[in-house]
Amino acid sequence: MKKKGLKIATALLASSVMVFPLLLNGCTSAPGAEKKEVYVYNWGEYLDPDVLDEFTEETGIKVIYDEFETNEVMYPKVEAGAVQYDVICPSDYMIQKMIENDLLQEINFDNVPNIKNIGNQYMESASEFDPGNKYAVPYCWGTVGILYNKTKVDEPIDSWSVLWDEKYKGDILMQNSVRDAFMVALKLKGYSMNSLDDKELEEAKNLLIEQKPLVQAYVVDQVRDKMIGNEAAIGVIYSGEAIYTQRENSDLEYVIPKEGTNVWIDCWVIPKNAQNKENAEAFINYMCKPEVALKNFDFITYSTPNVEARNLIEDEEIRNSPIAFPDLSEYDGLETYQYLGAEGDQKYADLWKQVKAE
Amino acid sequence: MTKILKKIYIGLIFLFLYAPMFTLIVLSFNKSKSRAKWGGFTFQWYGKLFGNSMVMQALINTLLIAFLSALIACVIGTIASLAINKMGIVMKSTLMGVTNIPMLNADIVTGISLMLLFLFFRFKFGFTTILLSHITFNIPYVILSVLPRIKKMNSSNYEAALDLGATPVYAFFKVILPDIWPGLLSGFLMAFTMSLDDFIITHFTKGPGVDTLSTKIYAQVKKGIDPEMYALSTLIFLSVLVLLILVNTLPAGNKKKKEID
Repeated sequence: MKKKGLKIATALLASSVMVFPLLLNGCTSAPGAEKKEVYVYNWGEYLDPDVLDEFTEETGIKVIYDEFETNEVMYPKVEAGAVQYDVICPSDYMIQKMIENDLLQEINFDNVPNIKNIGNQYMESASEFDPGNKYAVPYCWGTVGILYNKTKVDEPIDSWSVLWDEKYKGDILMQNSVRDAFMVALKLKGYSMNSLDDKELEEAKNLLIEQKPLVQAYVVDQVRDKMIGNEAAIGVIYSGEAIYTQRENSDLEYVIPKEGTNVWIDCWVIPKNAQNKENAEAFINYMCKPEVALKNFDFITYSTPNVEARNLIEDEEIRNSPIAFPDLSEYDGLETYQYLGAEGDQKYADLWKQVKAE
Repeated sequence: MTKILKKIYIGLIFLFLYAPMFTLIVLSFNKSKSRAKWGGFTFQWYGKLFGNSMVMQALINTLLIAFLSALIACVIGTIASLAINKMGIVMKSTLMGVTNIPMLNADIVTGISLMLLFLFFRFKFGFTTILLSHITFNIPYVILSVLPRIKKMNSSNYEAALDLGATPVYAFFKVILPDIWPGLLSGFLMAFTMSLDDFIITHFTKGPGVDTLSTKIYAQVKKGIDPEMYALSTLIFLSVLVLLILVNTLPAGNKKKKEID
């Protein structure tokens, strides 16, 4: 009798194991024929969700939309090929890394006629990490600069050196990321932010250690809330956030320091293992439409490289805002981040550790 | 004097436990998107929340995965416990060790190894892969709470049922199941909450277009978390609170009924 119960239990267990593969078979799709769908992998909250529905309505292509939170999280998922995305939106240095590691394929620009709406200066900046503009279509861009509270600062600010001013001890917010922190120090010294020179990096490291007692906190996205809440006088921030913070607290002012700074660009790219390349190009083309780009700009408030979209902005103050659309030719020493290779990354990481441990 | 101290101590504990929750609830009514500024009282985030199909879909996914994975884990876990109970000491302790390892293991290890496994078998990443992984990490919790109940169970009841002509399956549902029911229920609840909670394993095993609340919220890190999420968390917190109050008051009602009977 006991044995019989055991038998039934085993039979149940075996059948439950057998059923799973059957369930799964229904879900695995055969690769090959291009379907009416496109797999998009974008930053969180990085486009107006209505745009996706409108795209499907116009083209009949279904969008399967997925989000990531940092370039570093996105990369291994794409590299492992767990999911075959058709369009991804990484940042400049990551695009360079993906090109170098042969993860991207060239875009057929015959299918992306709306590329003409993207300003020349942005294509030029993009060619720093994508030589010949073969792989990437700019989507959002911005600068890194200083956000300061007019009521807490006496003199006009125009230089990174203010971050080393004893007067503002305990009122300074720095970015808690290697590249951004070193960018500030390297630029102040007049070096390139992509420097791999040991002597230059050593100087930058010492500068950052010297600054440490003055810094209130090393933060990432808390700069936004802390500055709005009047908790600090000066902070290093991305220009896209600056417009938002000013809307919330009118005492705040954003400047691009005269020594130059980082210009970052997030671009659409097509990975090598994409299954629906033509749909991907149709998607990118749609994103470059002026009305669509404008809609996205309103939603995310990060500067758009789409010149036609900028002309459509009704609010003159925003259309001509020096924060959202600075004239890049007015500044010297603007650079994009470049991929420094595994060794270079390690070098920066080690130096940053020394700064943080001091 | 000690009485006052005791009360202060309890008060402190509750303050630490609930202050974060309270902050979140307050912020869900804040008109301004920034946590640093009070822009006035509003219900707009609650309205927007129900209009946001992506968040609603993520909520449905989260609940569906939690429910299904807990249910399936309960079936597999109970069968496994029945078998483990009948084994010899050596086999039993080895098997218990094996089932306990995934619980002690870091989530990230489980997540990455499941991803590699799915890759190896060329599974398509999506709802199914998340569900399978959640079942996987839920099974040990079910075994852990069901097995002690089975051990305590008097096996002669089951044998008597068989002697009286019941089939083993019939005897299981009529004799064993009522006995282990409390253990099964707590195993189910444990599995359910584990699945609701999980971020890392879901992150590694999810496919495009399928999100649970945890992955959805995490994706908002770059642009700042949307107050809609505060609103949603408030609603979840309140429903759990109501549920707990109901659960805790209902048995008392039952007892009274029994006394009257």
